[in-house]
Amino acid sequence: MQVFFSIAVDALAYGMVLFVISIGLSVTMGLMRVVNLAHGAFAMIGGYIASYAARDLGLAYGFAVILAVVGTIIIAIPLERFLYRRIYGAPELTQVLMTIGITFCVIGIANYVFGPTLKTIPLPAELQGPVNLGFRSIAAHKIFAIGCGIAVALGLWYLIERTSFGVKLRASVDNTAMAAALGVRTKIVYAASFALAVGLAAFGGVIGAELLPVEPYYALRYMVTFLVVVSVGGAGSIPGALIACLLLGAIDTTGRYLVPEYGEFFFYLAVIAIVWIFPRGLLGRAK
Amino acid sequence: MSVTEVSNDITDAFPLRRGWQRDLIGVGIIIIAAIAGYFLFPNNLALLTRIIAILLLVLSLDLVTGYCGVATLGHAALFGAGAYAAGIAAVTFGMTEPLSMVAIGALAGAVAGLVSGVVILRGHGLAQLVLSIAVIHLFHEAANKASAYTGGSDGLSGIAPDPILGLFAFDLWGRTAYVFGILLLVIIFAVLRILVRSPFGMLCRGIRQDPVRVSAMGASVKASLIKMYVISGAVAGVGGAFNAVSTQVVGLDSLSFTNSAEALVMLVLGGTGSLYGAFVGTIVFVWFEDIVSAANPFHWLTIVGALLIAVVLFAPKGLYGTAVTLVERYGRGRK
Repeated sequence: MQVFFSIAVDALAYGMVLFVISIGLSVTMGLMRVVNLAHGAFAMIGGYIASYAARDLGLAYGFAVILAVVGTIIIAIPLERFLYRRIYGAPELTQVLMTIGITFCVIGIANYVFGPTLKTIPLPAELQGPVNLGFRSIAAHKIFAIGCGIAVALGLWYLIERTSFGVKLRASVDNTAMAAALGVRTKIVYAASFALAVGLAAFGGVIGAELLPVEPYYALRYMVTFLVVVSVGGAGSIPGALIACLLLGAIDTTGRYLVPEYGEFFFYLAVIAIVWIFPRGLLGRAK
Repeated sequence: MSVTEVSNDITDAFPLRRGWQRDLIGVGIIIIAAIAGYFLFPNNLALLTRIIAILLLVLSLDLVTGYCGVATLGHAALFGAGAYAAGIAAVTFGMTEPLSMVAIGALAGAVAGLVSGVVILRGHGLAQLVLSIAVIHLFHEAANKASAYTGGSDGLSGIAPDPILGLFAFDLWGRTAYVFGILLLVIIFAVLRILVRSPFGMLCRGIRQDPVRVSAMGASVKASLIKMYVISGAVAGVGGAFNAVSTQVVGLDSLSFTNSAEALVMLVLGGTGSLYGAFVGTIVFVWFEDIVSAANPFHWLTIVGALLIAVVLFAPKGLYGTAVTLVERYGRGRK
């Protein structure tokens, strides 16, 4: 029971962090059809900025998070304008190469600037230590990560289902040409959702830094995980991404707890099984 | 689903009947370059030998990516399967005759090609990429776990191949390994050129351009692709086995995602869908890597990244493809 409970909490926290980071990837992939392997690099940039702000400048945690999100978006805008715009609608191979190239560059630069060591983001006092729930105590930052994940999920649901921006976004995802013909300025929708995706990646990178430590190879190490989440959930589907994150988080965490010597064997086995059965993802729509 | 529009048909530009003449020239150039390399860099034969092994992997990747349009980030699985099979045959079962090691490697590569082909071809686009990534990680974890046979993360060492045909022992300078590799490479290159010009090769190229139309013509798309995957696996397996023979160790990194991604980078750098591009890309990449990473491995990563972006933006056909286009334009201009 004890083991089961710790697995469940860890899996939930891990799944939520995965969700916050990969939901942006899912949206951009559904909307722009860009296989963006550099998404993890944006999460990593966010982590680095937050670490620099909180540890080296001594800013408060909340400020560091905001700075990380804003800073990463500022870095990402020229990339979108000059590099990504050229590969919209290009074949997958081109997109993969371009975004892997961006990832490699970011890793090299991050290592040059910050060095190869792990960077920590000091947590504020409220998030340190355990929280007693009466029958069990849980690390506070895990509860915080879970809370953030739920908040992001609800916020995105509201944004996409209830606001006029959401209507335009959904219209552009369904049929870009038709939406443009009806007066939706799709370029702006693209740019806004790209910024949103990058901002969420940076946010996830910061709040998940305890679970996915920030270091130069972060971008490459977790890139695959994020891509897998989107593919399993179905590109462009928020509930799909949520289910995929919780499912994969559970499989990965359980595997690590119970059979650590197999590493990620069961994780990838599960991925193959799921994608084999649902080639378009759990909740992906048919083309 | 044309995944590799990057490689506009380079070979289309040339009349088919002259193809075999170009292939003879190609083989000639390989042999001349090999001899030149032997005499120009006598102290660097280990690097040249490594290039040959990687070249076999990139050639095999060109078969599925360049000719069939399958985007895969898991091709090192085939290479690593060949390497480990040859290594295990030598260490555990005492089969140290190099030719049979290479044959075992080819067989294992073909089997790995069949398995990963069946898995990867299940999806399209993103799903295909993710499946290929999952396959390479599965192979990696499996090799790591089966440490009784593979040595796990320490790598498989103690491979001591016999002299080739009982005549040519592997020397300290790697001369035998180099000549052996060049012979393997020339034979495989010739076979592959024949293969890609055969009706089967044409069929695969047709599938890349329009799978629906090919299946409407009555050909089985999936069976052809899997067949190509098996052939590609055999080629990659030979490369892996040759690597095991020449370096006498097999490391877990031969089954890594990075290895797969680098092979793809080399292929695209050179140009997909011509086999010649694989040569250009691999030699340029590995040579460059050897120089730069000696100075600083992280700068190397930045440079590869920048190189990739530049290739995608400015030379989407790769170095070889762009060169062919330029030569043609020049030729047309003179007429």
